[in-house]
Amino acid sequence: MRKIKLPGLIKGLGVTFKTLVRTLTKGSHTVQYPRVKESPPPRARGVIALHEENCTACMLCARECPDWCIYIEGHKYKAPPRRPGGKPRKKNALDRFDIDFSLCMFCGICVDVCPFEALFWTPEYEYSELKIADLLHDKTLLSQWMETVPDFEDYEAGSEAKKLTVPR
Amino acid sequence: MSVVLADLAYWQETTIRLLVGLIAVLLPAGTLVYLFLFKMMSFMQSRLGPMEAGPYGSLQLLAEVGKFLQKEDILPKAADRLIFKLAPFVVLISTFLLILVIPAGPDLWFIDVDTGIFLGLAVSSISVIGILMAGWASSSKYSLLGALRATGQLIAYELPMVLAVVGVIIQAGTLNVQEIVMAQATGEIFGFGGIGNPYVITQFVGFLIFLIAVQAELTQPPFDMPVAESELVTGYLTEYSGLRFLMFFIGEFATAAIFSALAATLFLGGWYVPGLEPTDNLFNVIGPIVLLGKMLLVAFFIFWFRFTYPRFREDQLQQLAWKVLIPLSLVNIVITGVLKVVF
Repeated sequence: MRKIKLPGLIKGLGVTFKTLVRTLTKGSHTVQYPRVKESPPPRARGVIALHEENCTACMLCARECPDWCIYIEGHKYKAPPRRPGGKPRKKNALDRFDIDFSLCMFCGICVDVCPFEALFWTPEYEYSELKIADLLHDKTLLSQWMETVPDFEDYEAGSEAKKLTVPR
Repeated sequence: MSVVLADLAYWQETTIRLLVGLIAVLLPAGTLVYLFLFKMMSFMQSRLGPMEAGPYGSLQLLAEVGKFLQKEDILPKAADRLIFKLAPFVVLISTFLLILVIPAGPDLWFIDVDTGIFLGLAVSSISVIGILMAGWASSSKYSLLGALRATGQLIAYELPMVLAVVGVIIQAGTLNVQEIVMAQATGEIFGFGGIGNPYVITQFVGFLIFLIAVQAELTQPPFDMPVAESELVTGYLTEYSGLRFLMFFIGEFATAAIFSALAATLFLGGWYVPGLEPTDNLFNVIGPIVLLGKMLLVAFFIFWFRFTYPRFREDQLQQLAWKVLIPLSLVNIVITGVLKVVF
């Protein structure tokens, strides 16, 4: 059967009225924020977490960051050799890893570019501050965000890519 | 009201009339703002609207008024001071004068004149002068353009509105608003007098034209070119702040309420509900409530259109008035007149 075509004017009235009824019966799309917390999707870009043990201070993230909001300082030290009589190994130690979230534009390039799986997105969003300087998260705070990182979701069926795991 | 006031001194009578008038204007206006502008609009956009002030945000309006009262009363340097300050009052006065002609019961009316509806439509157009004053005195190009648009629009839509009412007047055979209500209450539809004869049935075209014209008179979307935010900031309101802006705001929504009440009176039978004698003393008590209910029904439609349609273009607006609505209402008058003579 052919669908009856209503004039656009009446159709528009129908749309608003339907939304009115739906909001009254099933509730609105918005939430009353401070009382009801919104639950963002698991892969939402809330804040960046740092897994400190994986970071080698390679500076890739700091260099790729379009806003230059990542500050890294590190030093090299000599670790004892693996086998007796061997040469001492050179290792990188992380002294400072800060992300300034007042500059960050949440593009996620640092997370993508990190070759050692040290940076992760978490959906946490409640970290606003009264002073702008407090938005500079140091590595202790960034490591604390690791607790809130959700596990990666399964890839779609047939995918041959290896599923990443979040280091805990 | 006339019965109650018969034995009082002039100053007592005037005070009571003033207070009742204030309540009759401000209460429906506040109801409209809360019920439709705050709540219905939010629901139609799938959100809840104000929820914090009072239960379900019902005291939000008081908070808004308090906010406006705190604001600085800014006067542009180049403004015509006296006219700038006077303009909101002129707009508000036309609203307050319009409430006078609407009866709320067989003995509840402010003034009972034989040319009531004519007086009402005449004073309702005073607001054009206030808007033009506001736009001219602000010495701002946005205000001036907005005021000129508003003037063109209000003059264009005054005509179909008056012509739509003429149909009712012909059918009722009187200009007295109280008698129009009585005519609807005692009228019959083809010999069936069970529900009286609300003119929305016989004058449906007139009712539609009246609603569209009211929408334009209120400068609401889809006819909100005078205050088009994206083009003119807020038109003639641009330079106003604080209390004076609040007065324009009250004026807008009080006018919406009163025009709805007028439409309810002319087309839906006013304070009368079927099943009772129209001279019953009970109507002096329930009349205002019935009228408020019918007013809210009409206002629901007016605001529903407001929240649904996008803005017209200026030439489309004038075309709709002069090429569609005015010829249609003239035809309506002719048909009503012919049928009045035949039956």
